[in-house]
Amino acid sequence: MGRDLATIAAFAAAVGALTWALDSGVWLTFVMLALYATLLAQAWNILGGYGGQFSFGHALFFGCGAYVQAIAQLQGGLNAWVALGLAVAVAGAVGSFVGALSFRYGLKGSYFALVTLAFAEVFRILAVSASFTGGGVGLMLPLQESVANLQFGSRKGYIGVVLGFVVAALLVTAWLRHSRFGAQLQAVRDNEDAARAVGVDPYRTKLGAITLSAAFMGAAGAFYLQVFQYIDPGIAFGPHVSVEALVGAIVGGMGTLWGPVLGALVLHLLADLTRNLFGQLPGLNMVIYGAVLVLIVMFLPRGLSGMGRSVRELWRRGRG
Amino acid sequence: MLEFGILFPSVLNGLTTGAVYALIALGLTLIYGVLHIINFAHGAALMVALYAVYLLKTQWGLDPYLALPLVVPGMFALGYALQRGIVNRASHGKDENILLVTLGLSIVLENLALMLFKSDTRTIETAYTLTTVPIGPAFIALPKLVAFAGALAASAILLWIVTRTDLGRAIRAVAKEKHGAKLMGIDVDHVYAMCFGIGLACLGAAACFLLPAYYVNPQVGGGFVLVAFTIVVLGGMGSFAGALVGGLLIGVVESLGGLFLGESLGQIGIFAIFIAVLLFRPQGLFGSKA
Repeated sequence: MGRDLATIAAFAAAVGALTWALDSGVWLTFVMLALYATLLAQAWNILGGYGGQFSFGHALFFGCGAYVQAIAQLQGGLNAWVALGLAVAVAGAVGSFVGALSFRYGLKGSYFALVTLAFAEVFRILAVSASFTGGGVGLMLPLQESVANLQFGSRKGYIGVVLGFVVAALLVTAWLRHSRFGAQLQAVRDNEDAARAVGVDPYRTKLGAITLSAAFMGAAGAFYLQVFQYIDPGIAFGPHVSVEALVGAIVGGMGTLWGPVLGALVLHLLADLTRNLFGQLPGLNMVIYGAVLVLIVMFLPRGLSGMGRSVRELWRRGRG
Repeated sequence: MLEFGILFPSVLNGLTTGAVYALIALGLTLIYGVLHIINFAHGAALMVALYAVYLLKTQWGLDPYLALPLVVPGMFALGYALQRGIVNRASHGKDENILLVTLGLSIVLENLALMLFKSDTRTIETAYTLTTVPIGPAFIALPKLVAFAGALAASAILLWIVTRTDLGRAIRAVAKEKHGAKLMGIDVDHVYAMCFGIGLACLGAAACFLLPAYYVNPQVGGGFVLVAFTIVVLGGMGSFAGALVGGLLIGVVESLGGLFLGESLGQIGIFAIFIAVLLFRPQGLFGSKA
C-alpha cells in the first residue's frame, strides 16, 4: 500500500507541476482531456478489471451524472459544487440499482454486458422523450465564469478538478489492491464458486464495485458538462463514452493500478496524432479505438502494461 | 382506440417487420448456439450488407431483390473470413475476448461507414416502393409483403440446412459436443467459420428484403442489434423456433408500442421485455434451463 500511495503522490505532483509550468492552451487542453479519459478508464477498471464484470453501457452512469449536474443547476438552482456531489451520488445510486437487479439474478459475462447496454439505451430514449431533459435538443449551461460556479477562465482550474477525481479513483484502486474487500472482489472475479465456498458474498462485493465504478463515471459526466456546458441524449447515453472507458482500461491493462492511466494516455495521443495527420474526419477516432481494441485482445491480452509478459510468452510459444 | 380498423394494420405491419427481425435473429442464434459466443458485430454486419445493396442499386441500377445472389454469398464469405482470420484467433479460449473483439469489429465497421458515407440517411427508389396491397381493411406496402415472404422463405432454407444436410449434422454435432465431433473427424474450425458465414448470409438476405422499404445510415445496425438480442434472449439462446416466434412477437410489440406511445417511446417496450427476460427468465421462452 505504501508504495502505491507514494507513486500516486508522485503522479499527482508531476501532473500538477506540468500544469503549472505549461502555458500553451493546446497542451493544457491535452492534459485536461487525457485526465478525463483516464477517469473514464479507471472508473470502468474498478468494475471490469477488478470485478471481472464487463459493462458495455457505462455511459449510463456518465449520462446520469451529466444530466443531474445540468438539471440541478438549471431547474433546481443549486450551486455547481453541490450539484457535483449530487451527480456523483445519483450515478452511484443508479449503479447500485442496475447492479442489484443484474447480480441478484446472477447475470454474468455476455448477459451482463447486454443488460448494461440495454439500460443505457432505455435512458437515452427516455432522455429524448422527457421534457425536463430538454429532449433531443439537450441542455445548455450558461457561461458564468467563477470558481463558485465550477467554471474556470483557464484550463488549469478544470485540470485541478479532474486531477482530484483521478487521484481519488487511483486511491480507491490502490485500496482494492490491498484491502479485504478488494481481495474478495478479485476472488469473485477469478472464481465465483470458490469465493462463495470460503464465505465471500459475491452479490455484495459486486454491488459495492459497481456502485464505486458508477460514482466515478458520474463524476466524469458532471465534469464533462462543466467543461463543454452542453449535454444531449446521444453524448450522454450513446455508445461513445462506454467504448472510450472500456477500451482505455483494456488497452492499458485491466485489473492494474496504472494500466488505465497508460491506456487512456496512449489512446488520446493516438487520436490527437491522427487528427493532426488526417484532419477532423468524423468517425476516425472510433475506428482507431476499435482497431486498437481488436489488436490488443488478439496480441496483448494483458494490455500495454502487461506487454513484457505477453511478448515473452509469445516468443516462448514460437520457439517451443 | 382499440378499434379493429386501427389495430389490424398495425399488427400486420408488425408481423412483416417481425419476419425480417426473425431472419436477423436466426443468424445470431445460429452463431450463439454453435460457437457459444455473442456476435456483437451482428448489427454492424447488417449495416454493411445494407450499404452493399444500396451501392449495387445506385451505382449499377441492380434491383435489391436481384442483388440477393450477390449479397448473400458476399456476406457469407465475409463471415467465414472474419471468424477464421480474426475472431477465432483472438479468443485465447475465453468468451470475454470474443465479446470484446466483436465489439471492436462493430466499432470499426460503423465508423468506417461514417467516414465513407457521412451520417446521412439514405434510401433507394424502386418502381414498387409506394405500391400497396389491400388485405382486409388494411393496405400493406408491397416491399413489406415481399420482405415477409422472403424472410420466412430464407428462414425455411436455413432450417433445412441445419436439420437435413450433412453440414447441418456437423453443425449440430459441434454445438452439442465439440470434442466428440472432432474425434469423429469433423473439422471444428471449419464448422465454426461456416456458422459465422451462414449467420452473416442471413443478414445479406435480410438487407435485400429490408432496403426497398427501409433506409441505411452508419448507425442503423445499432437499433437492430439490440432488437435481435432481445429476440434471441426472449426465444432462448440457440433456439430456432424461439427466434422465429420471438421475431414476430417483437415486431408486433414494436408496432403496437409505436401506435400507443409514439415512435421513439414505443421502442421502450422492446427494451423493457429484454431487461425483464434477462432478469427473470434468462433461458428464454423456448430454451431449456442452462
